[in-house]
Amino acid sequence: MNLTLIDYGTGNLFSVRRALEVCGANIRVIHHPNEAKNSDRLVVPGVGAFGSCITELHRLHFNDAIKEHIATDRPFLGICVGMQMLMTTSYEFGQHSGLNLIPGTVQEIPNRTDSGEVRKRPHIGWTSLSEGQPWSNTILSQTTKDDRFYFVHSFSVVPDNPAHILALTDYDGHEIVAAVKKDNIFGTQFHPEKSGPAGLAILKQFLSL
Amino acid sequence: MRDVRVIARLDIKSPNLIKGIQLEGLRKLGDPQPFVESYYAQGIDEICYMDIVASLYDRNSLEDLLRKTAENIFVPLTVGGGIRTVENAATLLQSGADKVAINTAAVRNPDLIRQISERFGSQCMVLSIEAKSTTAGKWTAFTDNGREHTNRDVIEWVQEAVELGVGEILLTSVDQEGTQKGFDLELCRAVTNVVEVPVILSGGLGSLDDAKVAVSQGRADAIAVAHALHYNKFSVAQLKNSVKEAQSESAA
Repeated sequence: MNLTLIDYGTGNLFSVRRALEVCGANIRVIHHPNEAKNSDRLVVPGVGAFGSCITELHRLHFNDAIKEHIATDRPFLGICVGMQMLMTTSYEFGQHSGLNLIPGTVQEIPNRTDSGEVRKRPHIGWTSLSEGQPWSNTILSQTTKDDRFYFVHSFSVVPDNPAHILALTDYDGHEIVAAVKKDNIFGTQFHPEKSGPAGLAILKQFLSL
Repeated sequence: MRDVRVIARLDIKSPNLIKGIQLEGLRKLGDPQPFVESYYAQGIDEICYMDIVASLYDRNSLEDLLRKTAENIFVPLTVGGGIRTVENAATLLQSGADKVAINTAAVRNPDLIRQISERFGSQCMVLSIEAKSTTAGKWTAFTDNGREHTNRDVIEWVQEAVELGVGEILLTSVDQEGTQKGFDLELCRAVTNVVEVPVILSGGLGSLDDAKVAVSQGRADAIAVAHALHYNKFSVAQLKNSVKEAQSESAA
């Protein structure tokens, strides 16, 4: 199993790399799109702002490499902003085009609850997941409703087609899309590499798809 | 529902875990690694390392400690102490930290907050505050483990810092730190009243009830616990159950 992790210069690859390693992956960290060819698995992490992430991804020409990988039907995983970049449009600090691999938008979490209380941002914390599409034969097939995952974000994805929602979570009365799936494309808003044993179980599942 | 985190705080005087009283009078507890491994196995939500000496000489060993921790511990890691520049922050983030906590350098040069949050995202930029009560309902921000006065009013400072891009606040009460007499709830409430970013309350936990009132009365988004964990006074599960009880009571 060879897994390719794209390094496009944003943030901390240390933990993602180490977590995947512990799960048994043979990892290549790549800095050039040509190196993405013939990977069994492709992973795109991402922290920080959508705009700077997608700009760097394009500048380094990783956008086509990601699309080529997905066209081979091999599994793909985007984490946090790595998942948000799969969408059509993001409204984080202006308007930015994403990769449009899953139709939908990236929207700000409302900063007030329905009763007018403050809903803090960023959303930082551990929550459990509820089912969107069935979890069997997905990265969540070993996940239980009691498992909790680490989220840190102020924006979240809203797929146009509800069939692309794999899991949801609740943040202070607001429903957040926690994971997406479209064919061989997976994405998580939470950080499996920072979610203890329950997170590692998801990465293991991704490797055994 | 809101999820209140329980964070293990480890004050480091390289290479040892130490524990102070009101951030002074240090006791040496030894290699931090077995402590964090135990907290991870017990299900801790986050780990926070504070380098309390932060001398240039010891920086390499702090990076080594982070790398060693991030090898096998898959929860968020925050590191603070002695971060003066964007490059300092970058080095620690590349060594496995997820967030940096900054006090002194942010007080001296508030623009550093903007620079770090622009480069790495505001979720990376934790403002560390050492608050000392002055007159009733007023607190002053201190640096250098509560020794240096900054002339900054805590409530004004947190608002200014959030404007600049702080994503989270680590709020330590110098008065309560190490006393086990309970958190400064009034301080926490005063801060949570004026900012809309998460606040981690630190300093003073002595009982499980302290954990509960931090949530119900202090309205903390997370509690940082040092002494009670390092001396095995409470388990992670006991602390997590206490904050959970307080959350479900406040939701009811």
